[in-house]
Amino acid sequence: MSKSAKMMKTITLSTALVALGASLALAETPAPSREGGFGLGRAALPEEVAAWDIDIRPDGLGLPVGSGDVYTGEELYIDNCAACHGDFGEAVGRWPVLAGGYGTLDGEDPHKTIGSYWPYLSTVWDYVHRAMPYGAAQSLSDDDVYAITAYLMYLNDMVDDDFTLSNENFLEVPMDNQQAFFMDNRAETEYAVFIGEPCMTNCATSVSITARATVLSVTPETEGGAAAATPAVAEAAAPAATAVVEAAAPAGPDPALVAAGEGLFRQCASCHQIGEGAVNRTGPQLNNTFGAPVASHEGFRYSPALQQAGESGMIWTEETLTAFLLDPRGYIQGNRMAFRGLRSEEDAAAMVAYIRAAGGEAK
Amino acid sequence: MTDTPEYSPSRRRFLAGAAVATGAAATGTLVHAQAAGPDPLITELQPWQQYLGDGVDARPYGVPSRHEAHVVRRNVPWLTADSVSSVNFTPLHELEGIITPNGLCFERHHSGIADIAWGDHRLMINGLVDTQMVFTMDDLMRFPRENRVYFLECAANTGMEWRGAQLNGCQFTHGMIHNVVYTGVPLRLLLEEAGLKTSGTWLLAEGADASGMTRSIPIEKALDDCMIATHMNGERLRPEQGYPLRLVVPGWEGNMWVKWLRRLEIGDAPWHHREETSKYTDLLGDGQARRFTWEMDAKSVITNPSPQAPITHGPGPTVLTGVAWSGRGTIPRVDVTIDGGITWHQARMSGPSLDKSMHRFYYEFDWDGRPLLLQSRAHDSTGYVQPTKEQLRAVRGFNSIYHNNGIQTWAVNEAGEAENVEIG
Repeated sequence: MSKSAKMMKTITLSTALVALGASLALAETPAPSREGGFGLGRAALPEEVAAWDIDIRPDGLGLPVGSGDVYTGEELYIDNCAACHGDFGEAVGRWPVLAGGYGTLDGEDPHKTIGSYWPYLSTVWDYVHRAMPYGAAQSLSDDDVYAITAYLMYLNDMVDDDFTLSNENFLEVPMDNQQAFFMDNRAETEYAVFIGEPCMTNCATSVSITARATVLSVTPETEGGAAAATPAVAEAAAPAATAVVEAAAPAGPDPALVAAGEGLFRQCASCHQIGEGAVNRTGPQLNNTFGAPVASHEGFRYSPALQQAGESGMIWTEETLTAFLLDPRGYIQGNRMAFRGLRSEEDAAAMVAYIRAAGGEAK
Repeated sequence: MTDTPEYSPSRRRFLAGAAVATGAAATGTLVHAQAAGPDPLITELQPWQQYLGDGVDARPYGVPSRHEAHVVRRNVPWLTADSVSSVNFTPLHELEGIITPNGLCFERHHSGIADIAWGDHRLMINGLVDTQMVFTMDDLMRFPRENRVYFLECAANTGMEWRGAQLNGCQFTHGMIHNVVYTGVPLRLLLEEAGLKTSGTWLLAEGADASGMTRSIPIEKALDDCMIATHMNGERLRPEQGYPLRLVVPGWEGNMWVKWLRRLEIGDAPWHHREETSKYTDLLGDGQARRFTWEMDAKSVITNPSPQAPITHGPGPTVLTGVAWSGRGTIPRVDVTIDGGITWHQARMSGPSLDKSMHRFYYEFDWDGRPLLLQSRAHDSTGYVQPTKEQLRAVRGFNSIYHNNGIQTWAVNEAGEAENVEIG
């Protein structure tokens, strides 16, 4: 739209609003600008902009100097990413699939991976750097991110295993699916069609049901009428709360400490479950952990570092667990828990109290 | 829960009487129901009539009646890997009017709810501006502000229904939407304060949460009607809606309404970040993909009756209601059918009709007790008419996930129970 045409539209709109305001008594006067500004806020310092301006664009804008190779990337990926995304980018559970899927986009079950779908490599670098690993965002160095990106390219058959990615060769990487993206064209393909006076009477001779949701039965079961759901929710909530209190009582920890730990546990809950019905997920379930040997839950694939600690006789005690929670990477080097560590001794005491109270005490 | 009237024995007795009365009404004579005996709720003294209730400060921040405890957001656990990167749904079938109460506005987080104090939050503007700037929340409260009612709909709302009828309830099929009155500063004023350079054609909005949510927005939209909101429905934003600061992008997909907004960067090209390439692009049947599908097209859904809100009163006068909205204007008209689209009726619009806001419609009819196939069809102020799911599939195929604004069908059986179906 040209500038003058846009201004015309604005004027027309304003006139319409005045007319509307007159009839409906709406207060729609826009908040006024001030010539020269309001003088509010302050100039950002260069180091502040540098700290927050971490975004990368497809043309390479924002990309820092650095490099990383496929082999380094594999090690970093296994430690930081594989727990959710699988060793080969195939994904665990419903976490995102990162590799493969070529040739599936026009089929029944499209796999939209970095290789098959993503139009720009810069998106991978930017996203891994800003948001991964999950629960420890921005903990990877620039070279780490180059290396993980290189490994993800390798998993997607985009490069060989001797490849090194750097800011120098970043823009040379072709992305197969880039040309498949085009600007929203609904105005041409849909708006022109979905317009006009529709049929109001005798629009069909007969109608029959062709698909039913109840056949699938995938709606959460608390439904089935509002009134039916009410007691179910109330019943489910009450015993669970009681169970925590009962479990806490014999161990004798400070209830306030347990409550504080429960709050802190939100940082852990994306990977760890605890209490009745807890199962291994990204991290092992934590029941029967306190007082038990390290890495002793069956069915969970621990890092070699944790396995070794367990085999050497290390037990999860107040002391070891506290030290681990405060500095997971430093205390047991090479373990895969993607967590930066709790911030204080107080937080660690609360967390240990909560883990013990909620079902973590070894039986 | 004997105090839930619809299901209490005494109420059922009344309903049986009502059914008889309606039969009589159909013959042209108005006959009201006759009670079989006195209603104990009237003839017997009830505890609330006799004993004192709670005093004024029993609930310093008020909450709904305990008899409404079932009116909550719900999620569909199998949809996502974990609740910290997931979505729950607004209980549309329990709501009236056009405003969504703050505690029932659906949630969508990518790395959980960021916990930020008002005093710890900063908004930075950098990039192609005369002065790169930092604002505190208190700074922002000194700019002129406006009040606007807008709907926010997730682009993936109804996304589970592309391949067929899947989830049984409008909360789950259509509940990724809410409609609130925002108080905030027009984004235009902040960009003027920093001094927008003429080369600045795109804006990157970034959140302060652990996902560092980012979206590219064309500068025309930013200067037109975007605002940075501090309040919703009169109170400061809820944490799960981005406290203390959220970007409002009227009529455009919810993912762009960046929560915990910490930074606005001005640039001369889009950033093509994860949420506008890997996600929130619309894969078509031929494997090509639309990008930057920002606007939310006209859409409507009947909220009552619906699978979670069956007809419990038997034949007779019945109130059908629902909501409609368009990212491209207002909704002057909604059509409703109860026979699967053979005959359509214009619904009655009720309540404020505001640009890019939710609208409420009603259609009152006498139910004859026979099965119904309910549909609603929104018309927006551009003349666009809400398409059928088949019309959308003909253009887009089955894999586009996002922007499903097709007509929804509920089948109601003789018992008044409703089910999500497709018809042909």
